[in-house]
Amino acid sequence: MTDARYAEMWEKLNLDLPAHDALLGVLGQFYGDIYMSQEGRLKGMEYLDFVLSEVHGLRVQELQEAKARGAKVVGTFCVFVPEELTLAAGAVHVGLCAGAEAGTEEAEKILPRNTCALIKSFVGFKMARICPFTESCDLVVGETTCDGKKKAYEAFGELVPMHVMELPQTKTDAARALFRSEVIRYKEKLETLTGVAITPEKLRAAMATVNAKRKALQRLDALRSADPSPISGRDALLIHQVAFYDDPVRFTASINALCDQMEVRVGAKEGVSPKGTPRILLSGCPMAVPNWKLPYITESSGAVIVGEESCIGTRNIRDLTDESAQDMDGLIDALVDRYLRIDCACFTPNTERMANVVSMARELKADGVLHYGLMFCQPYAHEAIKLEKVLRKEEIPMLAIETDYSMEDMEQLKTRVEAFVEMIR
Amino acid sequence: MALTFAGLDIGSRSIALVRLREGQILEEKRLPTTFDPLRQIRTLLEKLEADRLIATGYGRGLVERMGLSLPVETLTEIKAHGLAARHLFPEARMVLDIGGQDTKAIGLTATGKVSRFEMNDRCAAGTGKFLEYTANIFQIPVEDFGAYALMGDTPPLINNMCTVFAETEATSLMAQGVRPENIALGLHLSIVRRTVGMLRRVGLESPLVFAGGVAHNPCIRVLLEKELKLEEGKTLCIPLNPDMSGALGAALWGQENEGKLAA
Repeated sequence: MTDARYAEMWEKLNLDLPAHDALLGVLGQFYGDIYMSQEGRLKGMEYLDFVLSEVHGLRVQELQEAKARGAKVVGTFCVFVPEELTLAAGAVHVGLCAGAEAGTEEAEKILPRNTCALIKSFVGFKMARICPFTESCDLVVGETTCDGKKKAYEAFGELVPMHVMELPQTKTDAARALFRSEVIRYKEKLETLTGVAITPEKLRAAMATVNAKRKALQRLDALRSADPSPISGRDALLIHQVAFYDDPVRFTASINALCDQMEVRVGAKEGVSPKGTPRILLSGCPMAVPNWKLPYITESSGAVIVGEESCIGTRNIRDLTDESAQDMDGLIDALVDRYLRIDCACFTPNTERMANVVSMARELKADGVLHYGLMFCQPYAHEAIKLEKVLRKEEIPMLAIETDYSMEDMEQLKTRVEAFVEMIR
Repeated sequence: MALTFAGLDIGSRSIALVRLREGQILEEKRLPTTFDPLRQIRTLLEKLEADRLIATGYGRGLVERMGLSLPVETLTEIKAHGLAARHLFPEARMVLDIGGQDTKAIGLTATGKVSRFEMNDRCAAGTGKFLEYTANIFQIPVEDFGAYALMGDTPPLINNMCTVFAETEATSLMAQGVRPENIALGLHLSIVRRTVGMLRRVGLESPLVFAGGVAHNPCIRVLLEKELKLEEGKTLCIPLNPDMSGALGAALWGQENEGKLAA
């Protein structure tokens, strides 16, 4: 049954209502099984439960209200698109749906079959008309990260208003100059789209907003170094996922409130699982909503996830942007510096990621690293091999998993993950 | 009186039960899994005399949910095979288990703990299922397939690891007039090369224990020793009952854990 409160809005957005209802039904059931069944959850998670239950409802309604006031909605797929600029132009910045199997058959008409599940998902969501976020977008920003994505944007650009940022693949001075010009081109694109001139004042204010969100998430992640961990990995992942589409100011306040609770818990030496529970650091490809498969398997195997070394995780929040520059040139430089510190596997070389994983594993007292690669994701598949060697030298066990969004390999994955947990126990 | 531990390994092809008391095997039995594993498990557990049941294998969760009257615990076949190998061959540093639908390569530390492991992916290429399926092309029982293949001497190169495509490849080789024994040998060699690749990725160490139903196959054994280029005098360590290893490991785990709890 279509939720009567939002039926009209969804219809206006041209969603395929029966297909969309089916999606929400599955999502609700999935969420119940994976999230509501957890014991010892933090009270503050009720906010996240609410946000998720209203992901296609209230939040989309807010977007329509913002649009009615004249604001633009910008959809993105990657942590390289500077959110600060979007906000400085008075636009809403949202990450688009890419975490579930949807419209696969449709997507495979314009994409090769050997394409990763994430790309197939966002194309499928659009073609099946079941993502109200995509349908609300005045602009979708892509980026030339991996080959799969950049070629997909050529096809996707025929379906949505598209702007593609060229992202360099190295971190040389020439690459930096290229990225800087792309940041400026994005700024100009936003100014044309919104009719708003991005001033240094506006940009600094946006930087403060985004930095505050990052700091709240950094605080949350740091609290997970406690044993027992005050929060489950599933809940923490959900928070990192919601960070991509919730209102940033409201979200920051809620996460800080949640962290206050977590601090009390840590002080009382309480947690979601007993002290000494095997601790796992997830590392690798991003897990977009509602891709909770591997965290669910892991935490059902007697382990707790204590960190996400991923774009939906630390890669999104580790570095802050320096807000101190006075003029636009200085602020743009600060953005370029900040974004080029991201250790995405699309870069060559990308040795800093290896060091970052090791230090994360140490700080979070992880007993092992679970590397998650999406099938057909070349960059992360290569780095899984490298990372394993680095971690072996550090005597940190690692298990590499390659999977997609389907459920057919659940049992095989369970066996592997359980065996890994037995191994590190 | 010392406790009795029953290890139950629910595999895709067969279900094995081992009863263990004070490190001594009291009983070993096995039934085919069939399409109704639950019934086969019940048959196997009839009048079971044991204090604890430890289930392993892909059906381990099934046993946990059966509501049996004795305490049931589960562990993965990886850990179970590691324990069994260590028990049967105390020097073991690596285990290869080729079962009905999966292959596992398990590295062991000097103290016998699992250090690394790898399993075949989603499909059953290079497992017992592959042999069973391809033996069918020659119209011989899978039990005799290894001896048959050993009658070959010049194996053709068979590239396809997909069971269905391998059959097509074998059929076209037959049409070209290649001796069937050679084709059978080629099929065995394709499995062995794939397996050796997996062992090397995990980090080949010896002594190597070869367990699982496929360890009965003489051709796989011979080819493995050849492809691994084992040093002179060194051979694969093959348990007397290689298809009981998982169940034995499960029972051993129960015993080990009980010891820890008592201590």
